[in-house]
Amino acid sequence: MTWDWQVFLQDDGSGRNYLEWMLEAWRWTLAVAGASWVVAVAVGAVVGTVRTLQDRPWLVQLANAWVEFFRNIPLLVQIFLWYFVVPKIIPAFQQVPGFVLVVFGLGFFTSARIAEQFRAGIQALPRGQRYAAMAMGFTTWQSYRYVILPMAFRIILPPLTSESMNLLKNSSVAFAVSIAELTMFAMQAQEETSRGIEIYLAVTALYAASAFAVNRVFALIEKKMRIPGFIVAGTGGGH
Amino acid sequence: MLGLDFSFINLDVLQKFVWGGLAFSVQLTVIATLGGIFFGTLLALMRLSGRSVLMAPATFYVNGMRSIPLVMVILWFYLLIPFVIGKPIGAEVSAIITFIAFEAAYFSEIMRAGIQSIPRGQVFAGQAMGMTYAQNMRLIVLPQAFRNMLPVLLTQTIILFQDTSLVYAIGAYDLLKGFTNAGKIYGRPEEAYLLAAAVYFVICFALSWGVKRLQAKIAIVR
Repeated sequence: MTWDWQVFLQDDGSGRNYLEWMLEAWRWTLAVAGASWVVAVAVGAVVGTVRTLQDRPWLVQLANAWVEFFRNIPLLVQIFLWYFVVPKIIPAFQQVPGFVLVVFGLGFFTSARIAEQFRAGIQALPRGQRYAAMAMGFTTWQSYRYVILPMAFRIILPPLTSESMNLLKNSSVAFAVSIAELTMFAMQAQEETSRGIEIYLAVTALYAASAFAVNRVFALIEKKMRIPGFIVAGTGGGH
Repeated sequence: MLGLDFSFINLDVLQKFVWGGLAFSVQLTVIATLGGIFFGTLLALMRLSGRSVLMAPATFYVNGMRSIPLVMVILWFYLLIPFVIGKPIGAEVSAIITFIAFEAAYFSEIMRAGIQSIPRGQVFAGQAMGMTYAQNMRLIVLPQAFRNMLPVLLTQTIILFQDTSLVYAIGAYDLLKGFTNAGKIYGRPEEAYLLAAAVYFVICFALSWGVKRLQAKIAIVR
């Protein structure tokens, strides 16, 4: 078996070579993952926090339903729902580009998992924190904002790291709805050039490098946000 | 209602399209779970053996499998297996091999955590009774580790069941494909996707509810 890395410099029929196509696909992957991450953390933080409220049982049930709904349906099926079913049911969504629908799909799927992590992080704090805040006259919102969430966030950082890496890997399901990202590139380029091994190797290397970069970024954030003397309970990075 | 029309679904349709796909998805899940736990335990033992000739390849394999998207792994195996064995291979068989290999990495992490959670005193007691490393593992450590990790293993199995939908990438006929085909033939793709989502939801929700109950039942009071 011979290697043919020159395949990346071949023209793919539209004036650009495969290397350029792959790099553009990589940008799409990062764009999908980045936008989905923002949605996932924003929604997940809210839902996870709501699940720990002690004086609003209906909201807690609602948040529980949210998490159960998005955790028990496979991501690929959810992407199909967003891409095909939602525009049919809600006509306003027919104008929305596919990219946004995929971001919603991936973002909400991951938000359920991040909500679980936020809930676990908040519940890992001693109950005394909440009661002390109440004793000082903080409202629920204030006690979360100033006392509970800052500490919970630091507890959550390791599982959040591995969840972000998962998000990056999960962005690959966007191939099913023709988002021009890395996996779609890999499948199409492999068909066109029949140099599957080189193509797949390069795409795999890009995914691994991106995941590693995410891991390092979070390690940096963790270092910057570390509070001296606060020993975080080892919540081994679950996935 | 909402412009959806579910009237095309009846037992006949379900049997023709969906049943075969469901059977394959379940089959794939069970085989991948059993194979994954078996090889995963082997990998975990390799990583915990203390001998770098065993630890290095096992660590490389596990970390490698965990850093690549599952879709890419599926594509890789679909490309490489015919290459290695010299003749073409069906998407279903390729999927089975892929999932065993992929899930072995994830199950190995779970089993490794399980083995490491056993108090060292158990190992020392076994050694004091004259057991070899292998006997120790087989008779004392692994049974306890497996029991401790059973809820986590089952949760991973549920995730595995959901991940089987990704064999869409190589066109294997699983549950999702069954619904997709039914939707295409009857011209009702959106309804088919909704039904697929509902079926997956019911199965996974029931299974995770079962796992929660199991967890409560086998919890050992220490």
